[in-house]
Amino acid sequence: MALVEVSGFKPYSELRGQIFPTKQTHLVDRTSHYSFGTKTQEFAVPLGVEPSGFLKSCRNDGGVNIDLNHGTTTLAFKFRHGVIVAVDSRASAGRYLASNDVNKVIEINPYLLGTMSGSAADCQYWERLLAKECRLYRLRNNQRISVAAASKLLSNMMLGYRGMGLSMGSMICGWDKEGPGLYYVDDNGTRLSGRMFSTGCGNSYAYGVVDSGYKEDMTVEEAYELGRRGIAHATHRDAYSGGVVNMYHMQEDGWIKVCKEDVSQLIHRYRKGMF
Amino acid sequence: MEYLIGIQGQDFVLVAADNVAASSIIQMKHDYDKMFKLSEKILLLCVGEAGDTVQFAEYIQKNVQLYKMRNGYELSPAAAANFTRKNLADYLRSRTPYHVNLLLAGYDDSDGPGLYYMDYLSSLAKAPFAAHGYGAFLTLSILDRYYRPDLTRDEAMDLLKKCIEEVSSASISRRFHLHYLHLFNLFHL
Repeated sequence: MALVEVSGFKPYSELRGQIFPTKQTHLVDRTSHYSFGTKTQEFAVPLGVEPSGFLKSCRNDGGVNIDLNHGTTTLAFKFRHGVIVAVDSRASAGRYLASNDVNKVIEINPYLLGTMSGSAADCQYWERLLAKECRLYRLRNNQRISVAAASKLLSNMMLGYRGMGLSMGSMICGWDKEGPGLYYVDDNGTRLSGRMFSTGCGNSYAYGVVDSGYKEDMTVEEAYELGRRGIAHATHRDAYSGGVVNMYHMQEDGWIKVCKEDVSQLIHRYRKGMF
Repeated sequence: MEYLIGIQGQDFVLVAADNVAASSIIQMKHDYDKMFKLSEKILLLCVGEAGDTVQFAEYIQKNVQLYKMRNGYELSPAAAANFTRKNLADYLRSRTPYHVNLLLAGYDDSDGPGLYYMDYLSSLAKAPFAAHGYGAFLTLSILDRYYRPDLTRDEAMDLLKKCIEEVSSASISRRFHLHYLHLFNLFHL
């Protein structure tokens, strides 16, 4: 076709011959035990490359000082009127503060949210990939994907790269036919459904505050306040969390963004009785 | 620490598992079900490394169900146990072995009840009673002392309760809900 010549299009096999002169025909990794005979892998990993080894060399013990973004506090809980999702906004790289204004909630679609903790790159990539899969599901099946299925997709992606240095702790929140849904998914393949989860290095502080203040029949305003408190108190104690509280409320007809409040101002408001 | 226990009687198998899913110092879930129903008469209990447990158990579960779809009848408990062990053994010396400890409880219409103990090194043993986890160190001696092959269901429940009391009191983690399953009728207690 004329257009093919004019545009300079090269068939893929030609390009591949240039990239892999040694006639290596397979771009995909060996099938690991989690692929169970499926043919496609989402990621091409050249044979012989060891990602976890490379990551080790980038850290302190390898001589180079590239610390990956890690510290966070995120929390989510279900209550009568839906799911509250609250996250902090700090990105740290070792002792350096990379940013105080990161958005750790990915809006997968109007009825699904994902939170991010661990390595920022991993979370952003894999959750965007999940968003793509959810969209494809909607187009193919003419109905929205359930929260359980979406979290299972993400969990299977994580399991496919087990032991290769991924770092991700995420909560998938949504509202589907079964009602409000909340799942915790992490990089070693754990997938749990529950009423409340918190991830990141500040998670223990958030658990303390939310567990003690939780009531099943909370009003919406009380729930907002509990979410704010959880993040604020965690950022107060945890050095690697801070910035602002980004809070979302997952309702039956989709999520709404509730607020974006500076943590230091919240702490100032709560300071009576704190110390 | 996760705990599994199974006791076989004359026409039943009684199994129990703790309900906690923990991640380092945090208990993430208090009502976590570690039992996977392979068929109407076979139950698999699975503990071990996060991610591996659910993935391996679901793989076995779906394959057992596939067998029934293809052949029209269900796998016997002995066959299911050996199939499970074979999968563990195959992956043991691969790049990605499964780190899971299992108990398989089943009722065969001709052979009667059976309890199979499997561990992450792919050993398999048919045993009258078995346990996994640190709790096993505390309760195997109780089972040795009080087990009899002709236990009635109530006696087996009492023996199980004795074991659970011991684990709950001696264990560091005090939150320990045990989820009992009485295999013969597959109902939850």
